[in-house]
Amino acid sequence: MRRLLALTLLLFSHATLAAPDGAELFAQACAGCHGLDGHGGVGVPLANADFLATVSDNYLSRTIREGRPGRVMPAHRNFSDAQITALVAFIRSWQPADRPSPQEDWKPIQGDAQAGKALFANHCATCHGTKGEGGHGTGVTYSRPRDFPIIPPALNNVGFLYSASDRLIRATIQHGRAGTPMASFADRLSPKEMDDVVAYVRSFSEAPIRWERAENEAPFLAVDSPYSLEETVENLKRAAIGKNYRIIRVQTLENGLAPAEEENPKQVIVYFCNFDQINSALTIDPRVGLFMPCRITAVEWEGEVKLMAMNPKYMSRLFNNAELDRSCETLHQQYLEIMEEATL
Amino acid sequence: MILRTLLALLLLLVTAGVRADDMMMVRSSLAFEEAMLALQHAIVEHGYTVSRVQRVDIGLTASGYQTDKYRIVFLGKLDEVRELTARYPQLIPYLPIKVTIFAEGEETLVATFDPSLFRELVPDSEARFLFMRWKNDLHSILEDVRLGK
Repeated sequence: MRRLLALTLLLFSHATLAAPDGAELFAQACAGCHGLDGHGGVGVPLANADFLATVSDNYLSRTIREGRPGRVMPAHRNFSDAQITALVAFIRSWQPADRPSPQEDWKPIQGDAQAGKALFANHCATCHGTKGEGGHGTGVTYSRPRDFPIIPPALNNVGFLYSASDRLIRATIQHGRAGTPMASFADRLSPKEMDDVVAYVRSFSEAPIRWERAENEAPFLAVDSPYSLEETVENLKRAAIGKNYRIIRVQTLENGLAPAEEENPKQVIVYFCNFDQINSALTIDPRVGLFMPCRITAVEWEGEVKLMAMNPKYMSRLFNNAELDRSCETLHQQYLEIMEEATL
Repeated sequence: MILRTLLALLLLLVTAGVRADDMMMVRSSLAFEEAMLALQHAIVEHGYTVSRVQRVDIGLTASGYQTDKYRIVFLGKLDEVRELTARYPQLIPYLPIKVTIFAEGEETLVATFDPSLFRELVPDSEARFLFMRWKNDLHSILEDVRLGK
């Protein structure tokens, strides 16, 4: 009995205490966005010598744990401390040996935030936004043209302000980041002026950009139709065209799954799209194909005809992207207008 | 003062409710064409049917936009889709399941959303079990593409 207990304890301790494999964890949980070798993608590049020489382990840990609400990088609160430590160690493996990481130092930098505000408007706002809201889109994508080679971070983001110390912000202003548009300001701003900019950025903490996941959105939109299924489908096509969409396909839901003669004819999908809109959406987040193409389904069920669509606002919350939320607000409205017009 | 500010920021973060596990996404070192083949093979190997492939990049380039290869793959199992949509029409807008696959340079990204989210639409425990199986299957399919199987 005692041996069995000892064996159980041994197995348990091995399973729970074995150090997580940072490389494998990164490949599974991070590489999708940040790239297999940290060169970036949907997420920002991590294998940047200046970045790694500027940020502390605590900055990386907090960023992994809490993410950037509304700015694509999700929180990973399900990771254990050991997993986060392993991930940070793996990310550090890209750091040149002659560029040590800084010691954590949360001592505030004293500066004049008002003076920093004017300097920020002159030197920083073009990339980081007038209120520190950051650039458009996602990290660095290689799949499409973009304005910046890397997205300028949102300095007014609650996750950034929680993770970045004043010293980190000051060092970034002073030294810049080679390989990114962030230049060194050492020859353009005096030490006091750099302190003033830090004070201004820190003042964002008083009213940081907030993002909340839309928990109360209905998952789908549904409108009753007084018409037959066939009439409803024709109305739907006309209404979509009237909103500048192109009908790309009309099919049953089971098309491609069932032999043609066995498809359920009472579930008819109308696919439509507007390539200007698709291009804009893909610029905001390249994964947005999960919404595409636009689709409304006409359904005859228990003698009633309905139009049904997924709610773009419900889906948008999965992307942690405030910019996409705004775009989905518009799409949600368009879906409703098309469905209402088709059933008038 | 700074500790108070950090605590306030942490509170805001906790209420933001960002979650990493709603989206399932992998990066494969395979080039797009190979990754596409691996994806379709893995889907079939897991017992699903590819019902259609939407070539988004073709429409975009025809409209004058620059993009790398970008496709949407629709998949499902007929009996499951038929039974679920008959019992729970609220699932109709979300079926068949979609997987997005697109090229990023020499690599390929594959993404879908976690089908266990459908639990929010359907209270039935039997259906919930099915959604968990879909989640496991999709995870396994994506892993096959990531590992280049």
